Amino acid sequence: MRGVSLTVEPGKILCVLGRNGAGKTSTIEAIEGYRKIAKGSVRVLGMDPARQHRELVKKIGVMLQVGGIYPRMNPRQALELYSGFYDDPVPVDQLIKLAELGSAQKTPYRFLSGGEKQRLALALALIGRPSVLFLDEPTAGVDAAGKQQIRAAVADMARNGVAVLLTTHELNEAERLADNIAVIDEGRIVAEGTPSELRERFGKQTVVFRTAAAIDVASFSQRLGFQLTDLGDNRYRLAEEAPANVVGTITALLAAEGVDLIEMNAGRGSLEEVFLEITSGDA
Amino acid sequence: MAAHPYQAQAKAEIRLSMTQYESLLVTFGIPLLFLVAFSLIKVLPLPHGVLKPVAFLVPGTIALAIMATGMVSLGIATGVERSYGVLKRLGTTPLSRGALLGAKITSIAVIELVQVVLLAVVGLALGWKPTGNAVEFVVAIILSSAAFAGIGLILAGRLKSEAVIGAANGLFLVLLVLGGMIFPVTSLPGPIADVARILPAYAGAHILFISSTSGGGSLAGSWIVLAVWAIGAPLLATRLFRFE
Repeated sequence: MRGVSLTVEPGKILCVLGRNGAGKTSTIEAIEGYRKIAKGSVRVLGMDPARQHRELVKKIGVMLQVGGIYPRMNPRQALELYSGFYDDPVPVDQLIKLAELGSAQKTPYRFLSGGEKQRLALALALIGRPSVLFLDEPTAGVDAAGKQQIRAAVADMARNGVAVLLTTHELNEAERLADNIAVIDEGRIVAEGTPSELRERFGKQTVVFRTAAAIDVASFSQRLGFQLTDLGDNRYRLAEEAPANVVGTITALLAAEGVDLIEMNAGRGSLEEVFLEITSGDA
Repeated sequence: MAAHPYQAQAKAEIRLSMTQYESLLVTFGIPLLFLVAFSLIKVLPLPHGVLKPVAFLVPGTIALAIMATGMVSLGIATGVERSYGVLKRLGTTPLSRGALLGAKITSIAVIELVQVVLLAVVGLALGWKPTGNAVEFVVAIILSSAAFAGIGLILAGRLKSEAVIGAANGLFLVLLVLGGMIFPVTSLPGPIADVARILPAYAGAHILFISSTSGGGSLAGSWIVLAVWAIGAPLLATRLFRFE
């Protein structure tokens, strides 16, 4: 990790977005105080997570990527155990209801479905009424309906004033939940802002098209009058802003060369395109 | 309402160990079976001068039970907890490492107390008549516990959970043979018996046997061996242990 700087405010959700292996978990573990940092400083609620660990753990809720729950414990037992760790825990029954674990409350953790495991992990993160939530890939391995439930619960926590730091590699999760997004790639933050700021800044008004056969980018750009970027796989993007009629010019030039056009999109890039652009690779 | 992380954890540890049926087989089933079976059926050799097998088997199976609890049960459970990220997750709660360790020690102490009482009561029913030094007997139990818990945690702190299961069960069998717990090490070939004497299994079992029979012979060597293991193994465990 190099030069990473993140800030989350109460009631806000910060999504740390990055591909697998980009450094999301390392970052979040450094902030939790789990991983030592060589240089720099981390403050959570004004505390140093490494030195004031004992005080800080009372005020944070954590969801690890690996469940971290006794495989033989059922949700009720796990929640009862954790409720013994905090001064004013959320009642177990309330959490079972919130996490919709009623019918699975007596099922050992190792037999729970992916969604039930994640919901239990979230419930455990909430039990101590945390001021800050750290959620590492909270919807990994969960089906679509389960993802909705978890996202709704997280949004709810933020509305109640909790600061949420969440990692994900799913763009639409970040887009839906985040107040702010920090994109991490190869251990560095490559972009930061609100979802609309990121689209604004990186998602240029552009044209992307795909052809049946490769074209010569240099000569095509010259004839077009605008520079093209080769995205690979016979995909090309206009590297600069161009008037709307450029679409017609591209079509005509391709027809003249006898290259079939397979698809063409014009407009502001989606967050996904922004992400691909700034993380230097195909996700 | 004030939180009691240690109490909550100790309760959970005890409940988990008492409902882990594979472990109960090793911690209770095997020692009890050996005590009853070999007291009634005289097939195994006894130390010189011992007439009733039960006089040898009660201290031997108590030593065996303690080895099973610390090395096998604690080792495997902790290895699983480590590989499932349980320990890592607990590290982000107000349960301190000290409280977690304390909870594990409490759990072991409770289980061992039940084991010792159970084996002693069954032994008495089979005609066991302990004489000798009760203090030495108790101290040897405590030192054995520390030694085997240390060995269990060394395995748990470094190996994958499947490897911990294999290693703990394998060592259990080896030390059962080398421990002088159900037959005397003098029945083993000379060089192997010499190796056995520097192992914690034999040292603990030997002291338990001698201190409950007022038998002769110096225990100094066994005390030294046991103390070295009781201090060395937990120390090494704290040095080697990795939480993930």
